[in-house]
Amino acid sequence: MSDKETLFSKKNLRLLTDPLGSKNPITVQVLGICSALAVTAQLKPSVVMAISVVAVMGFSNVIVSLLRNTIPNRIRIIVQLVIVASLVILVDQILKAYIYDVSKQLSVFVGLIITNCIIMGRLEAFALGNKPGPSFLDGIGNAAGYGLILVIVGFFRELLGAGTIWGLQIIPEGFYNFGYVNNGLMVLSPMALITVGIIIWVQRYRNTELVEENK
Amino acid sequence: MIGQGFKNFFDKQRPKFEKGGKLHTFHSVFEGFETFLYVSDATTKKGSHVRDYIDLKRTMIFVVLALVPTMLFGMYNIGYQHFAAIGALAETTFMQVFIYGFLRVLPVIIVSYGVGLGIEFAFAQIKGHEIHEGFLVSGLLIPLVLPIDTPLWMTAIAVAFSVIIAKEAFGGTGMNIWNPALIARAFLFFAYPSHMSGDSVWIRLGTDADKVVDGFSGATPLGLALNGILDYNIWDAFWGFIPGSIGETSSFAILLGAAFLIITGIGSWKIMLSTVLGALFTGALINVFAVNPFMEIPFWHHLFLGGFMFGAVFMTTDPVSASQTAKGKWIYGFLIGVLAIVIRVLNPAFPEGVMLAILLMNTFAPLIDHYVVQGNVRRRLKRVSVKV
Repeated sequence: MSDKETLFSKKNLRLLTDPLGSKNPITVQVLGICSALAVTAQLKPSVVMAISVVAVMGFSNVIVSLLRNTIPNRIRIIVQLVIVASLVILVDQILKAYIYDVSKQLSVFVGLIITNCIIMGRLEAFALGNKPGPSFLDGIGNAAGYGLILVIVGFFRELLGAGTIWGLQIIPEGFYNFGYVNNGLMVLSPMALITVGIIIWVQRYRNTELVEENK
Repeated sequence: MIGQGFKNFFDKQRPKFEKGGKLHTFHSVFEGFETFLYVSDATTKKGSHVRDYIDLKRTMIFVVLALVPTMLFGMYNIGYQHFAAIGALAETTFMQVFIYGFLRVLPVIIVSYGVGLGIEFAFAQIKGHEIHEGFLVSGLLIPLVLPIDTPLWMTAIAVAFSVIIAKEAFGGTGMNIWNPALIARAFLFFAYPSHMSGDSVWIRLGTDADKVVDGFSGATPLGLALNGILDYNIWDAFWGFIPGSIGETSSFAILLGAAFLIITGIGSWKIMLSTVLGALFTGALINVFAVNPFMEIPFWHHLFLGGFMFGAVFMTTDPVSASQTAKGKWIYGFLIGVLAIVIRVLNPAFPEGVMLAILLMNTFAPLIDHYVVQGNVRRRLKRVSVKV
């Protein structure tokens, strides 16, 4: 990468946009599934989780990238973990201070952002070898790609599982009087996995480049 | 001959559906209907093949035929339970009872086939292959394992879910890991638990809900037994005059179907027998260590209560999701029997363990087969004199 390259060059912007589609961490690389299953029963926690991961990932990528030449190779994982853990604790405290109810709903899963494989993956694969600017974009992009899927899954699970969006009743009362019943399976985590599966299916149907060759 | 007339009709229509014909888009629908009635005249060009009149479609038709006694009895029992609940059994005739049930069950079957075949046709068109005939059986199995009071829209959603997620996502008929009919039932069981269990879903009361006789409960004998109330006659359960899912109550009708499946060689007697043995073994074991009234019910009663017999005959023997090797079939069936009774008796949350047991063993069937085949390979390797 030459020094003259601007932060928002075409190549760098792809770092931001690719993870939303053809390099999506969840649907293409199938990383970070556990939290995607755990927090997406409703839209609100999904959005909060998505924002938290964006914050943690953006900053941890920048910090690791800044320190990349000083971190001894043999202990780099520990250093990375310390950085991520500090950021996660910061996010956790902010959530507890300002949106306590959602923080309670997310329970341990905010803390478990530390173990989110997408974060470690990007630190190892990108931030350790690139400048802070592109690293920041890469972190934000991948976290946004993760968050996008979370929000889609959360939207459908809350709509079909509870009839609400963001806690507001969407499916009219009349439907229930006619015998409509919320789908209890949507609230259980297996359905989150199946929803992710359907998203993967749709994505591969539209973008055939992602389909592996049949061996 | 009418048959010849049909044949001529198909022959005349065929060019329209061939490549270049104006109705080519619908070629799979055409082929589907043609082979439904006639054996295909397409011959294999390469290699030698044994040609038999029995193909997948006819196999499926045999299973459907085996299901007919169960279905007819199920219809009768829906009427029987209805009139028994309102105490009007004495003044109704056999036909009245049957027709009441027939009219209640028919819509469920129509919805099941309509939705399922509609999706199968759509997928066949999109993917450009022939229509798979697997749904002929699933379409009838699904209504038979549902309580009569399941709303039709729920049935439709469950059928759509099972065909799309449990079958097409895995590559269509023959590729599914789990029995599609059981997936439909499991979907309903977890998605709408209040409509799939409890006391009020097994008997259609309709507009006569206020006329029920004193002491009417509506629960299945198995549901009652779970709560320690042993109030059933085992012979009623055998013949099928008990509340339950549409087709699961009559062990007698199911055994008729089982005999038909075994005689025609369609269903594996090894699986059926080992499933029953597994259940009897576990039932007896639980009898020995019984600590509550439900655990004390005679072990062989389990065969005739709930959906056990239906599952053992029609669900475990699904050739796609069951084990394929002879030894594997024994293991697969036995474990289903064991698990079904374990879940039924020891887990109060799931009175119907058969469904879960079969789905679980469907998952492990390929693994069982793998080890059976590997074991065979090892045994034969020991016999060879030349070092490999």
